[in-house]
Amino acid sequence: MTHDLTRLSAAEMAARLTAGEITSVELTQAHLDRIAAVEADVHAFLHVNGEEALATAADVDARRAAGEDLHPLAGVPIAIKDVVVTKGMPTTAGSKILEGWVPPYDATLVEKIRAAGMPILGKTNMDEFAMGSSTEHSAYGVTRNPWDLGRIPGGSGGGSAAAVAAFEAPLAVGTDTGGSIRQPGAVTGTVGVKPTYGGISRYGLIAMASSLDQAGPVTRTVLDSALLHELMGGHDPRDSTSIDEDVPPVVDAARQGAAGDLAGVRIGVVTELSGEGYQPGVSARFEESLDVLRGLGAEIVEVSCPHFEYALGAYYLIMPSEASSNLAKFDGMRFGLRVEPEEGPVTAERVMSATRGAGFGDEVKRRVILGTYALSAGYYDAYYGSAQKVRTLIQRDFDAAFEKVDVLVSPTAPTTAFELGSKLDDPLAMYLNDVATIPANLAGVPGLSVPNGVSDDGLPVGFQILAPAKQDHRMYRVGAALENALETTWGGPILAKAPELEEKR
Amino acid sequence: MSTISRDEVARVAALARIDLAPDEVDRLAGELDVIVDAIAQVSEVATPDVPATSHPLPLTNVYRDDVPAEPLPVADVMAGAPASEDGRFLVPQILGEE
Amino acid sequence: MSAAVDLVGYDEAVRRYDPVIGIEVHVELGTRTKMFCAAEVEFGGEPNTQTTPVSLGLPGALPVVNGKAVESAIKIGLALNCQIAESCRFARKNYFYPDVPKNFQTSQYDEPIAFDGYLDVELDDGEIFRVEIERAHMEEDAGKNTHVGGSGGRIHGAAYSLVDYNRAGIPLVEIVTRPIEGAGARAPEVARAYVRALRDIFRALDVSEARMERGNVRADVNLSLRATPDAPLGTRTETKNVNSFRSVERAVRYEVSRQAAVLDGAGTVIQETRHWHEDTGITTSGRVKSDAEDYRYFPEPDLVPVAPSRAWVEEIRASLPEMPADRRRRLQGEWGYADAEMRDVVNAGAVEIIEATVAAGSSAAGARKWWMGELARKAKTDELELADLPVTPEQIAQLQGLVDSGRINDKLARQALEGVLAGEGDPEQVVVARGLEVVSDDGPLLEAIDAALVAQPDLVEKIKGGNMGPVGAIIGAVMKATRGQADAGRVRELVMERLG
Repeated sequence: MTHDLTRLSAAEMAARLTAGEITSVELTQAHLDRIAAVEADVHAFLHVNGEEALATAADVDARRAAGEDLHPLAGVPIAIKDVVVTKGMPTTAGSKILEGWVPPYDATLVEKIRAAGMPILGKTNMDEFAMGSSTEHSAYGVTRNPWDLGRIPGGSGGGSAAAVAAFEAPLAVGTDTGGSIRQPGAVTGTVGVKPTYGGISRYGLIAMASSLDQAGPVTRTVLDSALLHELMGGHDPRDSTSIDEDVPPVVDAARQGAAGDLAGVRIGVVTELSGEGYQPGVSARFEESLDVLRGLGAEIVEVSCPHFEYALGAYYLIMPSEASSNLAKFDGMRFGLRVEPEEGPVTAERVMSATRGAGFGDEVKRRVILGTYALSAGYYDAYYGSAQKVRTLIQRDFDAAFEKVDVLVSPTAPTTAFELGSKLDDPLAMYLNDVATIPANLAGVPGLSVPNGVSDDGLPVGFQILAPAKQDHRMYRVGAALENALETTWGGPILAKAPELEEKR
Repeated sequence: MSTISRDEVARVAALARIDLAPDEVDRLAGELDVIVDAIAQVSEVATPDVPATSHPLPLTNVYRDDVPAEPLPVADVMAGAPASEDGRFLVPQILGEE
Repeated sequence: MSAAVDLVGYDEAVRRYDPVIGIEVHVELGTRTKMFCAAEVEFGGEPNTQTTPVSLGLPGALPVVNGKAVESAIKIGLALNCQIAESCRFARKNYFYPDVPKNFQTSQYDEPIAFDGYLDVELDDGEIFRVEIERAHMEEDAGKNTHVGGSGGRIHGAAYSLVDYNRAGIPLVEIVTRPIEGAGARAPEVARAYVRALRDIFRALDVSEARMERGNVRADVNLSLRATPDAPLGTRTETKNVNSFRSVERAVRYEVSRQAAVLDGAGTVIQETRHWHEDTGITTSGRVKSDAEDYRYFPEPDLVPVAPSRAWVEEIRASLPEMPADRRRRLQGEWGYADAEMRDVVNAGAVEIIEATVAAGSSAAGARKWWMGELARKAKTDELELADLPVTPEQIAQLQGLVDSGRINDKLARQALEGVLAGEGDPEQVVVARGLEVVSDDGPLLEAIDAALVAQPDLVEKIKGGNMGPVGAIIGAVMKATRGQADAGRVRELVMERLG
């Protein structure tokens, strides 16, 4: 019975909780049991919050029994990426420099999750400070892809994606600066959404690149993502870049899409996000998905976004520049790790340098130094300044494209999950993984990745849908339609195709 | 554009307050050189007539009312400090005044 | 620290060199909360009790601009005749220092909220000197380091430091002048008068308490010398944190003398930060940091542009109070003070209190007499501000009223004031309680006069013989006998009557 519970979608769990068929304690315990059974292999979590999760579950059950009006997701457990601060729960962002740090406050999205009565199962693993595409840059060990334990779960949010794919949690929170929700979704056969920039408060997300970071849902179905998106979204006066409008009607759109009619929807295929560098199995699934969408009544056209080829360059200037400044606060003075130099005088300056030298991993050092260099006197105009201009050009490409079509589509990632360790020595090759996801972050537009089959290697593939800013509901409609049609063809969800993990007790 | 020398890496690492071992400096010099070459192409299209975009959405004038909120309790403030004394953060000696 | 240097005498230095100054003034705004978070700002709180995740720079925290601080900055800009930006941004100034919680200061860099203004400053002799303002921009203050161990609390040799972030994030406006040329030998005086004029404006605008001694207003003074006024600018030094009007003047004088000595010795002035030492009246070289100038500024991505609508700017302009200089000119006219008198009043910081005293019914002359005389001396003795003396403008107005009506004379009024200062009540009450009223009844006066005449027959003889000199002595004796309560004029009349 408990085994079955974890296989439900969050929407189904919510329905059974509301109907009184199951309790939140049962549901939460089932997930904690599953975590205990598979974590040794998967290692999706950095911290498991069992006691508090069960207490929350018991409280929700009691309130439900008392007839209280509860949030639709009340009692449904959730996992949170360790880059989001949680009061009283360790938060490390995958870095040694924050080992043992317990934040004195909650992120706004965590406040909303707590207010909704959702038990927090724990904090998920990630690349250090969300810098990476494989979760191999965590200071606390790699997370393994539930489809193949020898492969990466994507990154930076590999922990959230793997937890959801391995049925350790029905829902998880991710953050996406250049694809860290969508790419792990693609390589683990899960759904991941990066909302419009400003759609979900950034207050309490440990910042990597402020103008690119965005939190979003990580789930097994499009509808579940919509439900979590709706809960976490909305205006937050503590985030100056938060959109002061209602959350777009994402849940309605997901339900509408699942009904299967896409008549009149114009879908643009981005010319620049295909072809060379894309694995044949990825391209094949993509073409098949286009046929499915055509079959549902959508009109498919090809659209060129000529400046997308500069997106990666602009991204790898803007992101490290902002990150170099955002990460300056990790200096061993107020919180976290403090390391004294091995020799010579112990001054504040030397302790800061020693702390950062010892506390940051290779990828963080690489990006902080790259960003410091790009902002340094004499280089600003050529690098950061130019990158901000490319951003304008990419926004213009999107604007022009959305004149012609309602949504844009591409493969989410050029390849399926690669083997652990295979790209660690080649940062540039690692960066190329984000080529399809980055343009959305630069322009602030929303993006969704939905599984669209397995490649020739038997590993899952993702289909990316991009919509104009604040039109997030459009991609939910198309995503749910594709998901529904494909699942009908497959006779079940894609994760049914994944090998069963061995449960260890 | 410029190539990144070992000295340049050392200079920037000092600016970023990150101690690097000599072999790290060597490795980073090589890696950053490749990365910078790859990304420097942005200047090809960043012509003077293109305005810069710093924010994805064009918001302006987001202000807060001048109304105090509860401060963090001092115990919470100091709880994470590597070292403290009398409710203040204890930091190593500071050389040179600003 | 540099060794002691030989100085060139100031007069000699300015005869041979033309000084050019530049002044950066930081003013802490008197908002209730910080620049980017809702932590309450209060002077003198326990360490680290006025913080939020934002002002502590905790991971995940985000800034939100205090709208009131923007309004205050616009007020300052308008008062300094500046243009107000249609749109401007915050930037990050990146540098590592333990009192800067994020290791960057959120400031304005290439897009200040106000720019291209001027301030007409009145010098001691009434001359008006125009100081051009380059810009005024918003930023946040840093925390406070206390150095423990080592020698004398100085930063060098300290064993460690303790950091309090209560001050971190308090809104600041920094006002930067263009190079101030043409002041010649009066450069130090111009510097002082300018900082003082700014202080008065901050108070008039009610944007800051502007108390120098609390560090609400802090000045950095740049100085360079050149051979002649048409030569290009010389290398400048920046003397940091000069925190009183007098020190501003002294620091400029010192740097003129020091730089002249360097140039005379065929040396070159080094562009550097210098520290002002209040006790010894000298500046010393700060540590030159190799990366100090590489602040890696870039637009603050966590904040959106500040784009004050023209309607809002005009609304603020219309609400500005009368500026201190205009007000002084108006009050001087109303009060009929001579230029020198008005300057003294201004320099004593007595304008507001005299205004209140006049408003309470006193004559302007009377108000000036009390506040600039007796009370100024008292304040100096007790080391208090005039406003902090235990007497109100209303009480002084009442006191002067008693004099004007002839109920007491000046001497009695001083006694009445003593009583007021001693907490015995209003002047009226003191006069009654101490029995200080002028004796206007001739009876007791005649008694005292007769007694004095009888006591000094030799003087009476002299007066009767036509020598009027001793009349004063007789009057003095009468005044003494009546404990000063007699009207001296009436006594003289009565003495003359008695002696025919």
